[in-house]
Amino acid sequence: MNTILSITKREINGYFATPVAYVFIVIFLIMSGLFTFYMGGFYERGQADLTSFFDWHPWLYLFLIPAISMRLWAEERRNGTIELLMTLPISTSQAVLGKFLAAWIFTAISLILTFPMWITVNYLGDPDNGTIVASYLGSLLMAGGYLAIGSCISSLTKNQVIAFVVTIAVCFLFTVSGMPIVLNFFSGWTPQALLDTIASFSFISNFTDLTQGVIDIRNIIYFLSLILGALTLNVISINSKKGI
Amino acid sequence: MSVLIEVDKLTKSFGPFIAVDNISFSLNRGEVLGFLGPNGAGKTTTMRMITGFLSPTEGTIKVCNNDVAKYPLQIKEKIGYVPEGAPLYGEMTVLNFLKFIADVRKIPSSKLDIAIENAVKKLGLELVLYQQLETLSKGYKRRVGLSQAIIHDPDILILDEPTDGLDPNQKHEVRKLIKEMASTKAIIISTHILEEVDAVCTRAMIIAQGRMIIDKSPKELLKGSPKGSTLDDVFRTLTIGNPGEIK
Repeated sequence: MNTILSITKREINGYFATPVAYVFIVIFLIMSGLFTFYMGGFYERGQADLTSFFDWHPWLYLFLIPAISMRLWAEERRNGTIELLMTLPISTSQAVLGKFLAAWIFTAISLILTFPMWITVNYLGDPDNGTIVASYLGSLLMAGGYLAIGSCISSLTKNQVIAFVVTIAVCFLFTVSGMPIVLNFFSGWTPQALLDTIASFSFISNFTDLTQGVIDIRNIIYFLSLILGALTLNVISINSKKGI
Repeated sequence: MSVLIEVDKLTKSFGPFIAVDNISFSLNRGEVLGFLGPNGAGKTTTMRMITGFLSPTEGTIKVCNNDVAKYPLQIKEKIGYVPEGAPLYGEMTVLNFLKFIADVRKIPSSKLDIAIENAVKKLGLELVLYQQLETLSKGYKRRVGLSQAIIHDPDILILDEPTDGLDPNQKHEVRKLIKEMASTKAIIISTHILEEVDAVCTRAMIIAQGRMIIDKSPKELLKGSPKGSTLDDVFRTLTIGNPGEIK
């Protein structure tokens, strides 16, 4: 456990030692504000809630999270520091978890910094704060899902651009798998049960359930098992490079 | 003398290419083994397998009587390793980097300060403690790489071209350091610089095309060859054939 935390600490300090952290946080805050007020129609809706804020999170994450996750392993491989890291008394799963946690905590920090939105909506009206808490939780879990997929893909290459682009593509499929764009492709020739399964993998539908204020254990299990699955593949991918 | 490293019929292939071909040797405490050989001979691959970064295609490696494949973490605790090019986390300061290594190596907090102080003093890093690693000169980077390898006072040191990029004075210092530590550890260094083998190694192993060609003391190496020849000549004869042929 201590080893995992040592790695997490080093990684987080690394984010803040370079402009990466500040650029990311500023862009994240500006974009989430723009989406909420202009595209989400925060005022026009005339309701004191954060629906127009949270609805855009899957799309915001789709492009911003891969920018964090792309460097997790690809950079270590490119710089050769992976040789230093993996010859320290650290197991692969400790390294994978430590790095993932750092990225997740960093995303959580960015998310927490959107608190003025919460204050605004409470100042303007009388929102259901329970729903908002559930939505924040859902958003964090979803970010974890994107990060885990990104971390896994980052471990397959030493090229950060490839990691970025492939992660966006894979995450896009997960984001929209409940939408016609994916379902129309399968409908007609696949049984309904499979169609439902594909639809249930959707980030958006699992996230939207949580933003309704109902903390359904199934949605939480979905995101947690996705994270676990992606990180397991991540460990396998790193271990397999030892053998080549 | 206790045997610290035992390598048995070690082979590593990357696809059809055989990088390391059936190498066996053992190393005792107090010995300094120099890996010599042309580029691409398999020196780095062999070191990567001993440190557990790569797994062998065939053969076994035992470190302190434990199989590297079975107890990777226990073995990594006993080894200090400077990988080729001494890669470092560029955005960290020297001090934070050493603290991180000490942390992961589980040096107890009561001994932490002394361990870092020793590592810093031995490599002369006092002046750059608060500098970012990426801003350091090549020589300093190399020395930071060495200091992280000795911070936990390991039984075994594996150094891949430890003096590459150092100026003559720094080379001298590093060699002195290796000699100082030699009696209590088993050390493997790889190098292109033959005078280095003469200066610090008790054994020299010449590797070419993945195979071990020779395993002798530097003095014995010179003995068998014509009078007046240097280690350079011996190296060329053994790895190419007739030294007169090349040009």
